[in-house]
Amino acid sequence: MYDLLIAPFVEFGFMQRALAGSLLLSLAACPVGVFLMLRRMSLTGDAMAHAILPGAAAGFLLYGLQIVPMTIGGLIAGVVVAIGAGAVSRFTLQKEDASMAAFYLISLALGVMIVSLRGSSVDLMHVLFGTVLALDDAALTLIAGISVVTLASLAIFWRALIAECLDPLFLRSVSRLGTPVHFLFLGLVVLNLVGGFQALGTLLSVGLMMLPAAAARFWTGRVITMCTLAVAIGIVSCLSGLLLSYHAALPSGPSIILSAGAVYLLSTLFGTRGAFLARIRHPHRHRTA
Amino acid sequence: MTEAAITFRDLTLGYNSHPAVHHLNGTVRRGSLTAVVGQNGSGKSTLMKGIVGVLKPMAGACTVEPGARVAYLPQQSELDRSFPARVVDLVSMGLWPKRGLLGRTTKADREAVGKALLSVGMGGFEGRSIDTLSGGQLQRALFARVLVQDADIILLDEPFNAIDAKTVGDLIGVIKRWHGDSLTVMVVVHDLDLVRTHFPETLLMARSPIAWGATGEALKPENLLHARRFDEAWHEDAPWCEPAGHDHDHGDHDHKHHAHA
Repeated sequence: MYDLLIAPFVEFGFMQRALAGSLLLSLAACPVGVFLMLRRMSLTGDAMAHAILPGAAAGFLLYGLQIVPMTIGGLIAGVVVAIGAGAVSRFTLQKEDASMAAFYLISLALGVMIVSLRGSSVDLMHVLFGTVLALDDAALTLIAGISVVTLASLAIFWRALIAECLDPLFLRSVSRLGTPVHFLFLGLVVLNLVGGFQALGTLLSVGLMMLPAAAARFWTGRVITMCTLAVAIGIVSCLSGLLLSYHAALPSGPSIILSAGAVYLLSTLFGTRGAFLARIRHPHRHRTA
Repeated sequence: MTEAAITFRDLTLGYNSHPAVHHLNGTVRRGSLTAVVGQNGSGKSTLMKGIVGVLKPMAGACTVEPGARVAYLPQQSELDRSFPARVVDLVSMGLWPKRGLLGRTTKADREAVGKALLSVGMGGFEGRSIDTLSGGQLQRALFARVLVQDADIILLDEPFNAIDAKTVGDLIGVIKRWHGDSLTVMVVVHDLDLVRTHFPETLLMARSPIAWGATGEALKPENLLHARRFDEAWHEDAPWCEPAGHDHDHGDHDHKHHAHA
């Protein structure tokens, strides 16, 4: 048991770093994912993940495969797309799904173009799928910083975020915070995707954000519980994904996301609000009132 | 002594340069209870949005008495009923003007929420999730939220749509209590009998104000007929509305010219 579950993390520095990085990521990205899901913006996370590619690619083009320039580039590209799409949806008739799709597609094409200008396909794979087993100190510090900023922002703007999801028109009638909070939230999404893309790559980083959140929805009807549960699911997925990858010599990013995917599928079936349990519990009985 | 709670000065509100409320002048007295009446598309909801400030005026101004808190219950709420929230969470949103983003909710606040739910006949519903409420229950809960807001000016946009008679009676009771507490209340209503029975003052709208005053006077047959004849549609080639006394010698022809430019 010890050999199976604990030894890999004790014996190997790269496993400790991978664990620390992915746990920090879960802590921040999973609650953000819960709000994305509750705002029916689950696919927005996916779009944003594609959108940060050209920035990361530009950093890669200029400085090679280095964490800091690629991160800053990704952050800039993500913020440009988030603000662009958000502004189009707030100030024109077009809804956010359409404007987001337009902006991220432009961004994605630009990113692929930039990567192919210089890199080989191995590099492209690196950017797309990340390397959780090769997190260096700079990357860990960055992820830790992102987690702190995210959790602090969520704590401070919690009430506004809830109000903006539950009844945006009401919030607008009592406060001017609605629009700033929306953009702040998109900023947090970008930040967490950028943090995740070191470890999981641009395409998979959204998986750690959305899958635990989507799974948690099947277990509870309270937002705070949902966030806590999503974090717990995220942590479990990271642990089991890393162990799976270690013992079976599988790529680590996909292992983590597939673990989260397995939790999601089990939750859809067996969650207290899932497909089966909710039906099975009292199939032929009901209360008098 | 009567003072203005809301003042309209030549207020024009609308969308895409078409007016929905056209040149409204006047004041809403503090402590008055006014029904806003008119056909669909006559600008009632737009006026409400203008007062709250969700919609900016195209011309003129709408000023709310300084320091007054406004509570607004929209006709088409953007409430997301699938959001995992309980009735108590929804009603507690009404604490926002008092507590804001970070203010801690006190025991008194929670008691106020409970009392508000009781007074709309929703005692014991605190823990119910909002997606299990009926239309009438939700409307009662939203009234409770307005109660909690503890506002000086209360705007209700068609609060009685698809609500049964008993609930309408209860909600009218709440409105009367506000009126008794000298709050300023404006309610968009379609049921003219209801207006005649319960609302001392009426604003009759048909894009422009048709009549505004004591309900009996405002709802005279000729006024109602006038309001009913109003042309709801927007016309793309409608002439631009110029302020009176300005450029008058150009006449009608020039107006049309503008519209095609």
